[in-house]
Amino acid sequence: MYVHDEFDRTLIAERVEEFRDQVGRRLSGELTEDEFKPLRLQNGVYLQLHAYMLRISIPYGTLSSAQLRMLAHVARRYDRGYGHFTTRQNLQFNWIKLAELPDAMADLARVGMHGMQTSGNNVRNVTTDQWAGVAPDEIEDPRIWAEVIRQHVTLHPEFSFMPRKFKIAVGAAGHDRAALRIHDLALQLHRNGAGESGFEVMVGGGLGRTPFLAKTIKPFLPKRDALSYVEAVLRVYNQYGRRDNIYKARIKILVHELGAEAFAREVEQEWQAIKDGALALDPATIAEIAARFRYPAYERLADEPIELKKARAADRPFDTWHGNSVARHRMPGYAIVTLSLKPEGGAPGDATAAQMDAIADLADRYSAGEIRVGHEQNLVLPHVRQHDLHDLWRALDAIGVATPNVGLVSDIIACPGLDYCSLANARAIPVAQELTRRFRDLGLARSLGRLHINISGCINACGHHHVGHIGILGVEKNGEEYYQLSIGGRADENAELGALLGPAVPSGEVVDVVEDIVAAYVELRERPGEIFLDTVKRVGIEPFKERVHAAR
Amino acid sequence: MTSPLQKKLKIAGPVVVTANRLADGAVIYRTAGEQWTTDLAAAAVVTTSEAAKALLTGAAADLVRIVDPYVAPVELADGGPRPGNLRERIRAAGPTFPLPTQPEANGFAARDLHVCA
Repeated sequence: MYVHDEFDRTLIAERVEEFRDQVGRRLSGELTEDEFKPLRLQNGVYLQLHAYMLRISIPYGTLSSAQLRMLAHVARRYDRGYGHFTTRQNLQFNWIKLAELPDAMADLARVGMHGMQTSGNNVRNVTTDQWAGVAPDEIEDPRIWAEVIRQHVTLHPEFSFMPRKFKIAVGAAGHDRAALRIHDLALQLHRNGAGESGFEVMVGGGLGRTPFLAKTIKPFLPKRDALSYVEAVLRVYNQYGRRDNIYKARIKILVHELGAEAFAREVEQEWQAIKDGALALDPATIAEIAARFRYPAYERLADEPIELKKARAADRPFDTWHGNSVARHRMPGYAIVTLSLKPEGGAPGDATAAQMDAIADLADRYSAGEIRVGHEQNLVLPHVRQHDLHDLWRALDAIGVATPNVGLVSDIIACPGLDYCSLANARAIPVAQELTRRFRDLGLARSLGRLHINISGCINACGHHHVGHIGILGVEKNGEEYYQLSIGGRADENAELGALLGPAVPSGEVVDVVEDIVAAYVELRERPGEIFLDTVKRVGIEPFKERVHAAR
Repeated sequence: MTSPLQKKLKIAGPVVVTANRLADGAVIYRTAGEQWTTDLAAAAVVTTSEAAKALLTGAAADLVRIVDPYVAPVELADGGPRPGNLRERIRAAGPTFPLPTQPEANGFAARDLHVCA
């Protein structure tokens, strides 16, 4: 866990009182909506189709049990008893009342939470690997660096009114679980031949109507220079990014139009002027921030304890779940446990207040009081002793978060879509729900292997459809919902944008088309172990196109 | 940005004026008595650009209590107005699936909108 300091607590508390005053003036008519809207957006308050939505930042996806309990309290007291975990490791409440928002924010502030910089043209929540600090393939905990950036850009006046929003992610493991290449700026920690660690810097990624994967502009940046280099990138973007056209305002357009090399030269020039100044990171500062991340006092345990072996042998559903949702931990005898928020027929990423409270209790009992949020809209308990897994599984199963479908066809990413969002053209959640019903046979899902379906309800791509192994984009044609399908996308260390399969299909056919794609994959794969993406790479998209269009 | 009142209003059928209520964001409709209601059946339905503009002008004078008024299409059936497109149907009735904690609160079933069998 990260322990906030007095500065953070004061800043958040003062912001709540400032917002309370602003809400009061809006409700009294002293402020017009035009005056108030930018103020509420600076606090993560949107107006959606039915109600206000409050987006709460969860820095680098790390939650304490106290914070999760507070989210449950806010869900119950001010909303409709549930919340929605997003693809940016945030949480959204969809039914909150403006008049009650200051009280809700004051409650959240008691546990160090807020909605600052979850909207607006600033640096948004800095995200990372949900296994940060516990992944066996990690160089070091990337949250330290995410926190360095968070502290620097929070309410930074120079970066509060940029051409457009700016999303940063940090990774430090061999396998990219943070979707680095689809971010405006991403830092990936590597070790060089001399054994030193430093950052690969990638810029200009993003989805939306013009998707790009981020390009590497610095293969190896010493860690002391991380903050000055981030600052240089932000300054170059702030200076040259377009402000005349919202569709061309993101850094990805600037990097594309200028060219990555020219952009890198601009950054280099800016960086050379500041790299040895106040932003050069001294080891003591990093050590101080690192010390604020508290790890449990791990016990000396052996891997695969006998109780676990016995339980797996005797309890088949537990064994199935273990094979799907439990991952190796960097410490022997411990495990990383993923909690699926994708039950059959459920809305991806939704959790009720009762589930949040129960998960908080389980985190206290089994995971040192810590919970993580992943961009795939699932939760993680990062510090579970292997000999507790069987008991934990029973408790998770009882509250409906132990569906053994992590990484499988029914582990679907979906944005809120037209059921909530005022930007959407089509619904995403009902499509996801029907797909989970169609693929309810988890034995079949396991036989299909890793297969990610991502669904967005509009071109803004909050559901990351471009990087879904199967991507689904909702569009509107003459008042009807249609869905464009793409295949071959991925958001890991081998990131790719998916290729379109052809014209959009009517809403009534979209689930059938996905089923056809999956059936084609099963016929085309060379062997049962060849995953969907490898089959697509080997045979191309034409056989899939033929299959989809021959059927209709 | 152009004010809604300055835009040309092209009306291709019956319409209402709708907005969100300031204090809680609830979907509301303008009535013939220049009040607001959450009940679409009680909304003023007009069929000409002039009448729609007049309704919108009245609504825009009430921006202390409401947010983002606009003209929305309706269909007339059984004598009363119904939402004229999918977005307005969802605004009127809520999400098209049961909410996690309020299964009774879903407005209408997904199958009504031809998504999936």
